[in-house]
Amino acid sequence: MESETKSPKATQEKTEPKMDSKSQNYKLHAKNIDVFYDDFKAINNISLGILEKSITAFIGPSGCGKSTFLRLFNRMNDYIDGFSMNGNILLDDKNIYDPDLKVEELRKTVGMVFQKPNPFPKSIYENVAYGLRIQGIKDEDFIEERVITSLKQATLFSEIEDNLDKSALSLSGGQQQRLCIARALAVKPSVLLMDEPTSALDPISSGKIEDLVHELKKDYTIVIVTHNMQQAGRVSDNTAFLYMGSLIEYGDTQKIFTNPEKDRTQNYITGRFG
Amino acid sequence: MRIKEKIIEKILAACALVTVLTTLGIILILAIEAFSFFGKVSIVEFFTSTQWTPLFTQKSYGILPLLSGTALTALIAITVALPVGIIIAVYLNEYAPRRVRKILKPLLEILAVVPTVVYGFFALMIVTPILQSFIPGLSGFNALSPGIVMGIMIIPFVSSLSEDALSSVPDSLRQASFGMGSTKFQTAFKVMVPAASSGIIVSAILAISRAIGETMIVAIAAGSQPRFTFDPMVPIQTITSYIVQVSMGDVPHGSIAYQTIFAAGITLFIFTFILNNISYWIKTRYQQKYE
Ligand SMILES: Nc1ncnc2c1ncn2[C@@H]1O[C@H](COP(=O)(O)OP(=O)(O)OP(=O)(O)O)[C@@H](O)[C@H]1O
Ligand SMILES: [Mg+2]
Repeated sequence: MESETKSPKATQEKTEPKMDSKSQNYKLHAKNIDVFYDDFKAINNISLGILEKSITAFIGPSGCGKSTFLRLFNRMNDYIDGFSMNGNILLDDKNIYDPDLKVEELRKTVGMVFQKPNPFPKSIYENVAYGLRIQGIKDEDFIEERVITSLKQATLFSEIEDNLDKSALSLSGGQQQRLCIARALAVKPSVLLMDEPTSALDPISSGKIEDLVHELKKDYTIVIVTHNMQQAGRVSDNTAFLYMGSLIEYGDTQKIFTNPEKDRTQNYITGRFG
Repeated sequence: MRIKEKIIEKILAACALVTVLTTLGIILILAIEAFSFFGKVSIVEFFTSTQWTPLFTQKSYGILPLLSGTALTALIAITVALPVGIIIAVYLNEYAPRRVRKILKPLLEILAVVPTVVYGFFALMIVTPILQSFIPGLSGFNALSPGIVMGIMIIPFVSSLSEDALSSVPDSLRQASFGMGSTKFQTAFKVMVPAASSGIIVSAILAISRAIGETMIVAIAAGSQPRFTFDPMVPIQTITSYIVQVSMGDVPHGSIAYQTIFAAGITLFIFTFILNNISYWIKTRYQQKYE
């Protein structure tokens, strides 16, 4: 395969925010990542570190590799035919692609919320309890307590507290998405990956999710992919701009949005292409 | 050209009409003969008496023994076919590499096209002796062996319809389950199978309906002793095998004994009709969840 040192590493490090050498500060650390789908190179030598309890936004035009890159952090690409990669991803300084690591354990730590709300065709309660049940937890009081806390955290509880046994599919799209967030939170992850979590929702539901994301930052490290520049600007601390599989610019959101270093970033943010 | 098109259209319509008329004709004859039968035998006796001896001197016309025989063999069959069929469907849909699936699916379908008389002899000559080697009390004719073999026969009904149901569950649910840290096995049995449950139930009902209508296997291997029992070890008779027995015998046309096959036949027809309607109802009522 391709050599990992081919592209100019120095440029990339310059675009990283604040902390370069002290990698122990990173919650997540991607190192020299290449991703291939068969022969097609979808990610081209990206390195980037993500601080604990921060919100990081991935932006960039369609097909630039945001989802591909995001799914590396909980190894959801592993199922895709033809997927292969180079490089390492560290979570709390441990390589998550270590052959000895159990993928199921990783995904309990790194939760994911998808673009389209995807609740199970079960009751609201059972959706949130799912992650606990598959871990073999039987204590019903414990599960109930966790379900309610998670629903409250996801700011959904007050709307559905009398209907926990109702089918999750009867909820509105925005409620379903908050349910999916509650479902992810119930297993107490420390990282939450969100792939365009509001793109299928109306503006009011989107607003609620944004507020929620902001609230969750207290306890979680959040990485969010979005096509919505205003959203990236509102919710995130740091922003990474990807273009055709490469990391063009990465740093403080305010700076990227007001005074980006690269013309390409400037053009994308101001809507001149994309 | 015009006229040719017209003629073709008429011929096609006539073909369709023939099938409809045949079905109506069958139902009509069943109904007429059964009606005449119930003029001579009380419908209460028919559904409550536990003796079925229309061919003996001491005549009794209780359908319950035939119903119990039919239900028992169908129950044994579905007990075999449902778990195996679901496991195969899950394997094909969740585990098997595409290449394996391509080979396995047509192989499975073969099970459904083996002539049933072959299954009947298989049950009588091979399965029964094997079962007898570890179930000492098992009669040479019994419900267990043809039930099991019938179960094998209907596996493809369950597996292929269940597989259709599983593959119509959206991938996003599988992703959600994996994303929560589920194993493949948990994803298959805690998310995918429940999400496909309506389709799986439909497949089971259609398979049961097929088992109830099955004739040769039970006629060959179950014996022909109408007996009101749910004991799988003893000889029994099903509705279908009774009909075969009488049709091939020398009962005079128009006699009560002759008409019993129509009474039995219409009972069978009504049961499978109800089952098929239940499955249709489930399909339309519950199967639009994912679009
Ligand atoms: N399963 C796959 N097999 C082959 N190629 C893929 C696969 N998934 C994605 N790709 C390709 O990889 C590239 C990056 O895709 P990705 O989905 O990561 O982009 P994205 O930035 O998330 O786009 P969008 O904004 O449209 O969601 C695209 O060119 C895409 O065609
Ligand atoms: Mg994407």
